[in-house]
Amino acid sequence: MEIPKSFLGYKRENGRAGTRNHVIILPVDDISNACAEAVANNIKGTIALPHSYGRLQFGADLELHFRTMIGTGKNPNVAAVIVIGIEPKWTKRIVDEIAKTGKPVEGFHIERTGDIGTIMKASKKAQEFSQWASEKQREECPLSDLWISVKCGESDTTSGLASNPTVGNLMEKLEPFGVHLCFGETSELTGAEKVCAARGATPEAKEKFMKTWSAYNDFILKEATNDLSESQPTAGNIAGGLTTIEEKAFGNFQKIGNLKFIDVLEPAEEPKKGKGLYFMDTSSAAAECVTLQAAGGFNIHLFPTGQGNIIGNPIEPVVKLTANPLTAKLMKEHVDCDVSKILSREMNLSQAGDELIKTMLRVANGRLTCAEALGHKEFVMTKLYRSA
Amino acid sequence: MSQPDLIIHDEKDNVGVVVIETTRKGQDCSAWIMENDKTVKVSSMNEVPLGHKIALQDLKEGDTILKYGHDIGKVVKPIKKGEHVHVHNVKTKKW
Repeated sequence: MEIPKSFLGYKRENGRAGTRNHVIILPVDDISNACAEAVANNIKGTIALPHSYGRLQFGADLELHFRTMIGTGKNPNVAAVIVIGIEPKWTKRIVDEIAKTGKPVEGFHIERTGDIGTIMKASKKAQEFSQWASEKQREECPLSDLWISVKCGESDTTSGLASNPTVGNLMEKLEPFGVHLCFGETSELTGAEKVCAARGATPEAKEKFMKTWSAYNDFILKEATNDLSESQPTAGNIAGGLTTIEEKAFGNFQKIGNLKFIDVLEPAEEPKKGKGLYFMDTSSAAAECVTLQAAGGFNIHLFPTGQGNIIGNPIEPVVKLTANPLTAKLMKEHVDCDVSKILSREMNLSQAGDELIKTMLRVANGRLTCAEALGHKEFVMTKLYRSA
Repeated sequence: MSQPDLIIHDEKDNVGVVVIETTRKGQDCSAWIMENDKTVKVSSMNEVPLGHKIALQDLKEGDTILKYGHDIGKVVKPIKKGEHVHVHNVKTKKW
């Protein structure tokens, strides 16, 4: 298949391009959710991103909170941002960082005004942003404007056999076009960690990966119950035939094909070393992982599933594929790309990779994903430890 | 290219994955090895559902299960060739 050289995206002020054109209402903290949701309810064409945290966090956990908030606002799939927090200082820090992209952003704080006054002021600005964004048109953008993140979920053995290798095939075909790529799921590489580290493009990347994996593994060993309580693998993984974390890890690892990764990113960190594949230190829980990757600046996501994970994200479209013929049949409304014919050998891996490229480009051009059509917009902050 | 009943990732593997809805007890299964495109036969001792594994050889306690050509865990209960391989007879070496 000849791979198209471009897609239709929204060009942003900082030179990036979006596959979506969202106006978001971003609460800084849990207690500002009500206000943010009221504004989004008032003004059509906007979306609120409620979440559970943002108060009394400190140290690395607080920095991760800011990085996630700021990165979400900066993502090129977002046209404009309203930030609402309880107090002005943290609100302003987020607004100032998002403003560096050149996109419209305005902050509001609730203390000394109350919800109703804040909702009124923020709604007026949100209306302005929404009408402004609605006039933006899609334009031809080079494929290199695609920043593609990947993460699998509710995996089974069909993931390792076919849907994850399909993603790997896409990566191998699109890397030469200069795309950014990102995989994560630190704990879910356990058992394959040495094989994964060997894929570091430089000694620094290899070393950074092993350090990151070891730190996560130490934390799991410290907190673990005897069998990890069916968390890794999950009960769904086990029902699907996956027996151990090592088996899951080698399946997971198929998603990067034969590529090498050039750097290891902190959770929600934006890549700074140019095109190519990055590893991001993330949880293996789907919504947490995709939220962090979106905050890192990734604008389209590929999600292979075995037993049928249904996750979506509010700003980054999540394209789902499965190789499990039962999932493809019984959960059809969640599957954007069916590659189950690989198992019956009616389709080879390269054909499946081409199908996924076609599906992904249709979504990049504007086709709603199954998760978008079904209203999935899971926005889940990663919290490193208890608040002060 | 006929439809396989099992797929094996690597020639070194001692398990194969069921890729039909379920195997029948005593079914003579054809297993396709992805790595070298060969096909081998194995008789399924149990009814094993889609996605679950079948042993390609007899395995004793302490043996290593190989899949993708890599170590994916240890045998904790003897396994016969053709038997269902899962959490009842295999455990992680990690956690």
